[in-house]
Amino acid sequence: MTSYHLVRDKTQYHGVWVFLEQRNGTLRDVSQQLIGEGRRLADRLKVELCGVLPGRDVQEVAKTAIEYGVDRVYSVEDSRLAAYTSRPYTKVMAELIVRHKPEIVLFGASKNGRDLGGRLHAVIETGLAADCVKFDLDAEGNLDMIRPSFGGKSLAHILCKQHRPQMASARPNVFRPPTRQPGRQGEIVRESVPLTDADVDARIVEFREFKGHQAQKIEESPVLVAGGFGVGNPKNFGLLGELAAELGGSVAASRKAVDAGWVPKDYQVGQTGKTVRPKLYVAVGISGAVQHLAGMQESETIVAVNSDPKASIWDVADYGVVGDLFEVLPEMVRQLKMRPKAVAGGVTAGPPSVAVEALPAGR
Amino acid sequence: MASKGPTIVVCMKQVPKAQELQVDPVTQTLKRVGVPSEINPPDANALEFALQLKDKHGGEVVVISMGPPVFDQALERAISMGADRAYLLTDRLLGGSDTVPTAYALTETIKKVGRFDLVLCGEETTDASTGHVGPGIAGHLDIPQITYVSSLEIVEGKVRGERHVEDGFEVWEVPMPCLATVNFLSNKPREPTLTGKIRVKRGGVITHWSAAEVGLDVGKIGLKNSPTIVSKVDTIKLPPRKGKVHRGPVREAVAAMLRDLEADGVLP
Repeated sequence: MTSYHLVRDKTQYHGVWVFLEQRNGTLRDVSQQLIGEGRRLADRLKVELCGVLPGRDVQEVAKTAIEYGVDRVYSVEDSRLAAYTSRPYTKVMAELIVRHKPEIVLFGASKNGRDLGGRLHAVIETGLAADCVKFDLDAEGNLDMIRPSFGGKSLAHILCKQHRPQMASARPNVFRPPTRQPGRQGEIVRESVPLTDADVDARIVEFREFKGHQAQKIEESPVLVAGGFGVGNPKNFGLLGELAAELGGSVAASRKAVDAGWVPKDYQVGQTGKTVRPKLYVAVGISGAVQHLAGMQESETIVAVNSDPKASIWDVADYGVVGDLFEVLPEMVRQLKMRPKAVAGGVTAGPPSVAVEALPAGR
Repeated sequence: MASKGPTIVVCMKQVPKAQELQVDPVTQTLKRVGVPSEINPPDANALEFALQLKDKHGGEVVVISMGPPVFDQALERAISMGADRAYLLTDRLLGGSDTVPTAYALTETIKKVGRFDLVLCGEETTDASTGHVGPGIAGHLDIPQITYVSSLEIVEGKVRGERHVEDGFEVWEVPMPCLATVNFLSNKPREPTLTGKIRVKRGGVITHWSAAEVGLDVGKIGLKNSPTIVSKVDTIKLPPRKGKVHRGPVREAVAAMLRDLEADGVLP
């Protein structure tokens, strides 16, 4: 790869950029979330928010990004960019950064976002903070990139004071996507970056979309019923499914249950799985290893069902029942079924099955 | 490569064991001294893939690391598991390097090792969790990369890796030489062998290199030449929990808990 000579005078760098990730013409969720946070930072810095969109036939995606809040989209159309691969995408980003000198470049901390950022930051030699959960500006206007460190026990503030652009990836599902404003106007600039077939060194020979999994991703579910090693076997996860159905939620799992092969990997909560923060998290037969807690300790309400009164899960539980899950879960399902159902009304944040009105007093 | 099998370089780091992660209350940095450590777990998965490929195709497995001399422990374990050679880039000048100097320094170390066909790294380290160094090395070496692979094979001189992405599985194929980063838990790292242990016991299995020996530009390494700094570390303040635990007869315990949940408005 050509080496890129970035101007070191940081006063020449302006504007906030977000890398816009798409698959088959759909803007990825993580990019929508990024636009919201990028917009906030651009407004504070009183600069433009630009999106970089490599791909093929992506003009509709560009319009969508503008409706979510981008001022200008730099689109680079090339059949070699149809699906994400590392080298051509890195080349596009590096060329455009050298050309337009943004002060901040944000990526979603998706697999591809981290793949791209990691390669890019080395070849253009600038700082990159991974998996940020919060952004701020310091007194000198530097981007304060805030990320969990040491297994989620603390938050580290990362600064990139001398180098530009300041780059960071943002953890998926932490930043709320902004409201889409249909008809919002912006500029689409078609950039040309010379690519040749030699730039394409990776071939995607197969893509299998996740299917046969839960309709709702665990990180988007308002209620999770998560099972651990104590659940014992895959069949018993059916009990968790029944409870989840009553609560309008989904089933999740600890690493031990996933490693045992009882449920798919995309159910996994924790440091090496997903970070979730549902309204209600029910931990069933989960001992509460620190790696698991790191992925769910920000849940609004935590309920534990565990036969071991000394398990670490109790340290983070709001409520719980000490007992055999094979007695407690069916009882919970039974009592929930008997409950008078509230009538749904108004706008609900959750799935349509979730009613929001409170029950009559005096239950 | 066809005749004598691939040369596979595995980059590894030694990290404190996950359950031992402790933050020094004074310096706000990770306690590394006197804490039990191990091969960064995803790097052990990378090493296992390297050894499996060697079992199948022949060739050799070279392990490299960058860090203080105590990192010998991780490299010795790699040798005892079946790696052929081990190099530790160790120099005080490298202290405080973020991912930019680290990717550069490891790149130069790989070049000094010599000819290679495949570089493997773990997907990320458990102590820093960036995942940036592997792709950074690929960028510097100007070779193809496949990140986050859960399986890896060499087919007709090309590397094929299955990668988990958010919405599915992708199978990528790239020509060699190339770099891949390996997902945590994608295989079960083997135990050390007796022959391997004996090799380690005889000593002299690890070569130490200084920054000068690798030919590093001192203006590109260490804390001073790292674009990022950690300006401060906040301890996470978690929301207080109610800790209301019900025991006794299941029916009453469940009823009491559901009443609490109802009162908090968390039930549908």
